[in-house]
Amino acid sequence: MNQIPLSDFLLVSGVLFALGIVGALLRRNVLIVLMSVELMLNAANLALVAFARSYHDGRAHAFALIVMAIAAAEAAVGLAIVVGIFRSRRSVNVDELTLMKH
Amino acid sequence: MTQSYPLHLIPLLPFIGAAIALLFGKKLGKQLIGILSSGVVLLAAAIATMAVYRLGTELPPAGRLVDSFFTAPWIKAGDLEVGASLMLDHLSAVMVLVVTWIGFLIHIYSTAYMEHDEGFTKFFGFLNLFMGSMLILVLGDSLLVTFVGWEGVGLCSYLLIGFWFDKEAYAYAGRKAFVVNRVGDFGFLIAIFLVFGAAGTLNYAALDVPGGAAQGLAQHHWLNQPIALFVGLFILVGATGKSAQIPLYVWLPDAMAGPTPVSALIHAATMVTAGVYVVARMHVVFQIAPVTLAVVAVVGALTALFAATIGFAQKDLKKVLAYSTISQLGFMFVGVGSWMQHQIGDPHASSNYQAGIFHLVTHAFFKAGLFLGAGSVMHAMGGEGDVTRMGGLKKYLPHTRWTFLIYCLAIAGIPPFAGFWSKDAILAGAFAAQWPPDPNAGGLELFFAHHLGHLLYGVLLVAATCTAFYMFRLYYLVFEGEFRGTDEQLHHIHESPPAMTGVLWALALGTIGVGFLGMPNAFHHGLDVFGEWLEPIVREQPREEDVKHFVIFAAVATGAALFGILSARALYRNGFSETVKSFVAKFPGLYKLVLNKYKIDELYDALIVKPLRWIAVVLWRAFDMLIIDGLFVNGVGVLATSVGKLVRYVQNGDPQRYLVGILVGAAVMVWMAANWTVKGASDFVPKAEQRTVTVSAHGAAGSSGQRLQYRVSWDGDEKKFSSSQTSPIFQHTYDSGGKKKILVEAFDPRWGTKSRESHTVTLP
Repeated sequence: MNQIPLSDFLLVSGVLFALGIVGALLRRNVLIVLMSVELMLNAANLALVAFARSYHDGRAHAFALIVMAIAAAEAAVGLAIVVGIFRSRRSVNVDELTLMKH
Repeated sequence: MTQSYPLHLIPLLPFIGAAIALLFGKKLGKQLIGILSSGVVLLAAAIATMAVYRLGTELPPAGRLVDSFFTAPWIKAGDLEVGASLMLDHLSAVMVLVVTWIGFLIHIYSTAYMEHDEGFTKFFGFLNLFMGSMLILVLGDSLLVTFVGWEGVGLCSYLLIGFWFDKEAYAYAGRKAFVVNRVGDFGFLIAIFLVFGAAGTLNYAALDVPGGAAQGLAQHHWLNQPIALFVGLFILVGATGKSAQIPLYVWLPDAMAGPTPVSALIHAATMVTAGVYVVARMHVVFQIAPVTLAVVAVVGALTALFAATIGFAQKDLKKVLAYSTISQLGFMFVGVGSWMQHQIGDPHASSNYQAGIFHLVTHAFFKAGLFLGAGSVMHAMGGEGDVTRMGGLKKYLPHTRWTFLIYCLAIAGIPPFAGFWSKDAILAGAFAAQWPPDPNAGGLELFFAHHLGHLLYGVLLVAATCTAFYMFRLYYLVFEGEFRGTDEQLHHIHESPPAMTGVLWALALGTIGVGFLGMPNAFHHGLDVFGEWLEPIVREQPREEDVKHFVIFAAVATGAALFGILSARALYRNGFSETVKSFVAKFPGLYKLVLNKYKIDELYDALIVKPLRWIAVVLWRAFDMLIIDGLFVNGVGVLATSVGKLVRYVQNGDPQRYLVGILVGAAVMVWMAANWTVKGASDFVPKAEQRTVTVSAHGAAGSSGQRLQYRVSWDGDEKKFSSSQTSPIFQHTYDSGGKKKILVEAFDPRWGTKSRESHTVTLP
């Protein structure tokens, strides 16, 4: 069976991570920022799983599962906060969320 | 020979009294504080008297009592070891008796004089504090302990001059006294340093010369003449400050701002004599360099005459007495400064210290009495001190008048009052004084060596005549003639209470009696009790005076005094006579000059005070305000706020910008980690042996060194690298000589990073 080489997986993972960073840095909508963070987590997951397969080491699978669990928890808390902010401020624009500044 | 004795009780008791009066005075009330403060001084006086009795009866002449309590060292640093101990010898015995007993009398007087003053308890607290400090000054067994007392009395003087500090002029007078005294204190401190530098000790007993000053000079162990010269002159600077001599006398007349008992105790009887005491105490130093004694005597004589002439025109009762004090202190300085030695090294040298100290004692009695009498007059006149508004007071103040007359006769030098004996001793000593001339001396120096004593005698004689004149001018203006004040004052005049007049009589008795202690030995050997008492301390050759000499000196001095008294009587018996008025009208400039004290205060103000103040203002503006306040204090504040303003843009609450920071930081860290292992790893030193070169690269830092790979290019060409190996050591033998460039590369396969280094070797 012809295997896909590790470097291809890592390339995809890097592209996904870069997209996540750019989204998290540049977008002003909190929801999009959260999604970008999810994207970065998934990029990391992809790299972990690729390494696991390449090196035949199951421990990386476990890592990937832990990352998924954390991502789920983070999404739950993050979305709850976003909903809360939206209810009180009628906006989900990060530039308007500057209360910490003062 | 020494014996121990609880001497510390003598200064301690007044200190306890001061603490009680200052801390609990308001609660305990005036009466109790008055009794307590006088009581502790009486107790100290009794202990002092017992100690002196013990000293005189149980110890050999050169013996001394040392304190039994403070025996441990006070300061111990390197070579310096100073005890805080007290010592009573024949010289300090005289001082202690004068200070405690006259102090006690003045305390009694003050209980009546200060009765209606609001600051009664504070006054007695300060007065007791002064007594304690003064006793430490005279009892201290080393220069440093004396200096502690010296500063203590200076502080108390300042506090008591400015006692009524709500009047600005009085507070200023206190400040002036303090500042002028600081100048003298500085000189005294330098003298102390010099003594320690030369002798390694400050203890009087250790500094003293065994076997008499004159004999001990040759084999003296710690002083040589140049050091003695400077020590003596700096001690003199200190003494001119404390004892109000030229040029530092200006504070004493202003010190009359304090309550009158203070003037009597501090500024006439005790503190101002500290300078005379210290000169006598350090006589060893002065005798080694006798020229310092000449300076002391000249300063004293000039002050005596100068201050006496100022007394001619003063209108304030206490001011006249202040200038009189300065003048009499000048007499004392001549007394301790008179020295007789025909040649350098002549063992038959003699000094006249005992005359100076004797005048100190008699002066303490009559000058304290004069001030207290003046206080009694001012008490009666409702605080009036201007003699032009007095006159005819003998009717109303009989006790004050008679005692005042006795003091005046004593200070004028009329026998048999105390002032006559002591002044005569000083005059005779000054006349006999002779300084050993330098062997190469000629002309003026030789003249002064032989005749300075005669000049001193002449100046003092004129000063004594002036003294008699201005004192009796004062007496006639105050007590004789017609009253010149207001009717209200006349109505109010009353003799002072018994506590005051009793003290006046006690001092008058002392003024009559104490002089007989110091009669010259000329009539009968042993008459000069005082001189013999001091002999073990000053250790001079007792002067042989014959009766003829004494009678001549006494007749001249008494004649001069009578001349002064009679002139004063002629001019001032009925107030200011026409002669005086026409004289003033004829020479208004001269009169004004004397009235304004020769404008010395204005001169000092222009020469010293103003420039110093100008410098102070410049320093204040330029250094304090600009550099300290501006640069250091406010500068730190401005720095903090401006840095804060700058860096607060970093923490702006925008999480996306934080994220950028995190990413940049992470990138930098990764980059650094990647280059860490290869950094410097390719560094090498080539070692050539003939044409064989060994290259040993430095290797990697840290534990991952062995994972690096190395390769080398022997001719410096990047394209001709050898194959990689894990060992950093290479060897190669060249075919030809000349310059060869060697290139080494280290490579970390995990990060893909590498570093290169090249060196050139020259081969044969």
